[in-house]
Amino acid sequence: MKSLLSWRAPALSLMVFLLMIGIWHALTLPKVMPVTAESEYAALVGTAAATGQKSAFPSPADVGAKIMQHLGEPFYDRGPNDKGIGIQLAYSIARVMLGYLLAALVAIPVGFLIGMSPTVYRALDPYIQVLKPISPLAWMPLALFTLKDSSISAIFVIFICSLWPMLINTAFGVSSVRKEWLNVARTLEVGNMRTAFRVILPAAAPTIMTGMRISISIAWLVIVAAEMLVGGTGIGYFVWNEWNNLSITNIITAILAIGMVGMLLDLMMAKLTKLVTFPE
Amino acid sequence: MSDPLIRIDGIAKKFTGRDGVITTVFEDLHFGIEPGEFVCLIGHSGCGKTTILNVLSGLEQSSEGYVFVGGREVSGPSLDRAVIFQSHALMPWLTVMGNIAFAVSSRWPEWNDEKVREHCQKYIDLVNLTGAEKKRPAELSGGMKQRVGIARALSIQPKMLLMDEPFSALDALTRGVLQEEVLRICAETRQTVFMITHDVDEAILLADKIILMTNGPRAKIAEIVVNTMPRSRTRHDLHKHPHYYRIRNHLIDFLVDRSKMFSSSAAGYDPRTPPLVTPGLDPNEAPAVDPVKPQVVGGAPLTVVR
Repeated sequence: MKSLLSWRAPALSLMVFLLMIGIWHALTLPKVMPVTAESEYAALVGTAAATGQKSAFPSPADVGAKIMQHLGEPFYDRGPNDKGIGIQLAYSIARVMLGYLLAALVAIPVGFLIGMSPTVYRALDPYIQVLKPISPLAWMPLALFTLKDSSISAIFVIFICSLWPMLINTAFGVSSVRKEWLNVARTLEVGNMRTAFRVILPAAAPTIMTGMRISISIAWLVIVAAEMLVGGTGIGYFVWNEWNNLSITNIITAILAIGMVGMLLDLMMAKLTKLVTFPE
Repeated sequence: MSDPLIRIDGIAKKFTGRDGVITTVFEDLHFGIEPGEFVCLIGHSGCGKTTILNVLSGLEQSSEGYVFVGGREVSGPSLDRAVIFQSHALMPWLTVMGNIAFAVSSRWPEWNDEKVREHCQKYIDLVNLTGAEKKRPAELSGGMKQRVGIARALSIQPKMLLMDEPFSALDALTRGVLQEEVLRICAETRQTVFMITHDVDEAILLADKIILMTNGPRAKIAEIVVNTMPRSRTRHDLHKHPHYYRIRNHLIDFLVDRSKMFSSSAAGYDPRTPPLVTPGLDPNEAPAVDPVKPQVVGGAPLTVVR
């Protein structure tokens, strides 16, 4: 019974997949038009004019072939406008990681300090509340103007968008550490640093990790838009470049790749969160 | 009372409410605890029992008065006084061993891991948790968690153990077993203990002296009851001792009636030396209830509703 249930969901998944591919395939079938051209003219212009119009939107088979082609050669580099999708993804991931890690380096210690002091918490809360809802892309012109480098600006945008969830969650996690654990540390005459690292950090770790998980998802969402703006390299630039090329198959391939990487990043963070979570 | 280990000298706790009215929870408390003594504090909720314990541990400041330990004034929490919390307060991310090791390595930071582990193991064995060292608190029952709490408190070898209703969250059976263990451990280690409880039978079983608090606000120590039964008492033969019902009736009388009628202006009452009562040894006392035909029905533990 259990084995039956365990493959039911994957089977349903597969059915949904096939159904969607089927609908997509049906919608992009070449439309059969009445032959209006003279047969001699048709012979001159080729089969497309003679038999009907091929859809401008690629069929699943076209996209499948494109994906296979990219998978076969993900890391080629033929000049600035023709790089493999693997290289573009690698640029994007590198930018996200850099901005994200810088944000973590700032947000976690600062969040820790904010969380430790109710006064600081209340004093800085209005700023955080104002800065948090600003779209990270709104910072882009300011970043370009002050940093004068498009690549660093993209990293800055990632930094600023990853900062807030980590900061807020760290402060919240630290400020809501159970009083009784702190009292235990106090009765044991544990020093401030030891209390911070041995009591508060492990107690707040699940909340901090939740913030880090939210941040990485946001960072991955933002990098595509940021790279469309700054250009040069990255998966966002790739999508925009293929739009200029009117290569819908490449765009769809890139969209799927963005989704896959986003999922993997989230999965990775979920695994890490599980490591620090404790059952109450 | 020449040189008690702990001397409480006129402590009071006052709160200023939002309307500016000062509420006095308790005031003018004076008592001492001798080394090796087991002292219980009984009172209805609202008389500031937990606050008194927090003041003794140094976690809270009293509004007036002083607490002296070994002749020195208490200014904050100290490793001299270990606390066993009602809610056990174990750290859920640490194992049983880890929880105790955290306390041990705080007490003796210079010890290496091997020595810490050996020391912890001794106390894990003492509270009969051998084999559960690698378990996390979430995998333990309530009674086992409180055993870890006891082991953690004892492992730092404090001068004094402070217990805040340590067994109130446990079922009656587990509570009984743990009470006996505490009795055994205290007999083995000659530990000085101050415990808050609302369970009359628990107090009679464990305590050498029982401090009775009047109802709050402005709670005071009404009297200190001396447990006149020998220290070798156990849960099984406790109720067979002729003094048992005398003590028990005295305590229940107090909790049910006298705690709310107590008047500090009564003749001869001095908060500095609250009257010492010795049920069963007092010649003026009313005749005892025949322990063979007790008027108190059954053996069910009579617990004061908090």
